[in-house]
Amino acid sequence: MPTAALFVTCVADQCFPDTAMATVRVLEAAGAQVVFPAAQTCCGQPAVTAGEPDAAARLARHHLDVFAGYEAIVAPSGSCAAMVRHHYAKLLPDRRAEVDALAARTFELTQYLGDVLRVDDIGARLDGTSVTVHDACHGLRNLRLGASLRALLTKAGATIVEMTEPDTCCGFGGVFALAYPEVSTQLADTKLAHGRETSAQYLVSTDLACLMHLDGRREHEHAAGPRPIHVADLLASGLPA
Amino acid sequence: MTGHGMTGHGITTPGRDFRERGAHAVADTELQHALRNLDRRLRTAQESATAHPDWKDRAAAIRRETLRDLDGWLDRLEAKLTENGVQVHRAATPEEARRIVLDLARARNAKTVVKSKSMATEEIDLGNALEAAGIRSIETDLGEYIVQLAGERPSHMITPAIHKTLPQIRDVLAHEAGKDLPVNREALTAWTRERLRAEFLRADLGITGVNFAAADTGTLVLVTNEGNGRFCTTVPRVHIAVMPIEKVVPRLADLSVLLPLLTSHATGQPLTNYVTMLTGPRRAGELDGPDELHVVILDNRRSALLGTKYEEMLACIRCGACLNVCPVYRNVSGHAYDAVYSGPMGKVLTPLLSGGAEGTDLPYGSSLCHACSDACPVKIPLGDLIIELRADYPAASSPARRGRRAAWNAWARAWSTPRGYRLTTAAARLTRGRAPGLGAWTRTRVIPRPAREPFRDRWARERG
Repeated sequence: MPTAALFVTCVADQCFPDTAMATVRVLEAAGAQVVFPAAQTCCGQPAVTAGEPDAAARLARHHLDVFAGYEAIVAPSGSCAAMVRHHYAKLLPDRRAEVDALAARTFELTQYLGDVLRVDDIGARLDGTSVTVHDACHGLRNLRLGASLRALLTKAGATIVEMTEPDTCCGFGGVFALAYPEVSTQLADTKLAHGRETSAQYLVSTDLACLMHLDGRREHEHAAGPRPIHVADLLASGLPA
Repeated sequence: MTGHGMTGHGITTPGRDFRERGAHAVADTELQHALRNLDRRLRTAQESATAHPDWKDRAAAIRRETLRDLDGWLDRLEAKLTENGVQVHRAATPEEARRIVLDLARARNAKTVVKSKSMATEEIDLGNALEAAGIRSIETDLGEYIVQLAGERPSHMITPAIHKTLPQIRDVLAHEAGKDLPVNREALTAWTRERLRAEFLRADLGITGVNFAAADTGTLVLVTNEGNGRFCTTVPRVHIAVMPIEKVVPRLADLSVLLPLLTSHATGQPLTNYVTMLTGPRRAGELDGPDELHVVILDNRRSALLGTKYEEMLACIRCGACLNVCPVYRNVSGHAYDAVYSGPMGKVLTPLLSGGAEGTDLPYGSSLCHACSDACPVKIPLGDLIIELRADYPAASSPARRGRRAAWNAWARAWSTPRGYRLTTAAARLTRGRAPGLGAWTRTRVIPRPAREPFRDRWARERG
């Protein structure tokens, strides 16, 4: 049985444990055995985007120590998986071989299901559910995600109604959301408006940070429109109890 | 650019920094209305980009081949230009470039200059320098003419007046005309065409940029859509072309890849209406062309980038594709950057060309979505360069950086052990996630609270 080491991400660990548990259920439904390396903390992405490569390298070194040796490392986040795949080599030049091995075995959830397990039917049923997709930036442009996510939803019986520009940034952007709140918020409003135009029930994405930004904006404005939801939560909701 | 009289000139978006100007821009309803024209450009550019996937590889390879021996290609270009009868001038700084052009203009007693759109001449602020020297300088690209009349700077390197609505443009042109003009594209263009025709015939000097300069033939290449570039290079007695050092390409044949990539990414056209190739001034027996052709080759801190992690920025061919796809640019427009170059490429180039004196906050005004990296026809990793710049600016020695760096390092030390992570996150749960500095989030968005039980504890309880 394939084993997936859950790279839970600090955001899911601390703020969205239900999504983390849903990720475990989806992985198990897809036929993987899930283990949780308890020493994990954070991949260091916030420090990279803040322009602090030394701080990021310290966390990257820890992450590498924790996850080295697992056959597959799976995160419910395209952005955190992309951090390992795209940025670690530059941060840890002294451990290049280990980093390359880790990067090649680090996957975002839908990427792992599609590319490694080659599963698009996990037994979830979402018949009658309409969804629209937000292609989160790092998953899309660093990992080329998107196809597996859509295949999983379609196989589960959900109807996908594509929004205008599903591949345009939602405006989160890590420190950007705090440093440039006006532009960040306008981008969220545009994304939510594009979601509303589809009349879908859910706005699905692979990344909790984008969803927290979009849902936070939607709640603040008491806005109508599709509910932002992580793909793991939606798929798990369709699994037999 | 600092000390060259560029800062703050021609800017319609007020604010002390990129954040304030960005906030102002998103609240400007007329600007937002004008910017929706960009959405159409985005789709055109994206369609063109997907039409040439393997061309990007070839173009990227040509540009990097050039950069590996930029000095060599420039020397070969200069030799060939000279052989063709072109007078070549080298300028290390914007001051030098301006002085060269002003000296040439004065020596020929020039009263009126017609200019075709050129970012290099924006960079050295040539139009204002000419005016200050008592020489009329007329921009002849329609969009550029509009922003010149409005006392502004281009907000987009391809479409300089894209930040203006049609009624705003009518107001600018009607003011110049001294009479009412209709809010009608054709009528406004016709009036401008008439007006500019007289300027072309009167001009003593034509000034242009250069899109590419082929080293093997000594050919200067200009792409335009309105024919004004051809006018500027053929009617006046003297033509001066200003080109930054990276405009050189090894071979004229390279243009078979680079030209269509530039035009398709800039405007969605397979080729622009006019492609002007100039190989020397008018020769004996020729009917068209200037008596003198001068080329000013501008460095302005570019050669200092060679061999550094920022070298790839010199591969840029100024197509504007990164602006068109950038979610920040599409919402704040060019003036918010308060710089000659805006959008993702401007975020990278502005701090570099000013030696860190200007625009060091620009790299932070990015959501790091990397749409720019994907859109770039010559594969410049703009998103990664923006991240690199954040590490370099503010400088390590500045108080702003030192305090921030200490805080990040303390955080990284704490979170590089499970115990430190557990202690700090437990503290955050006690304060229910309330922390100073979150107002910027909570003013417009609800913030999630830390869960009562983190996943790791739940896992240990249920599965451990």
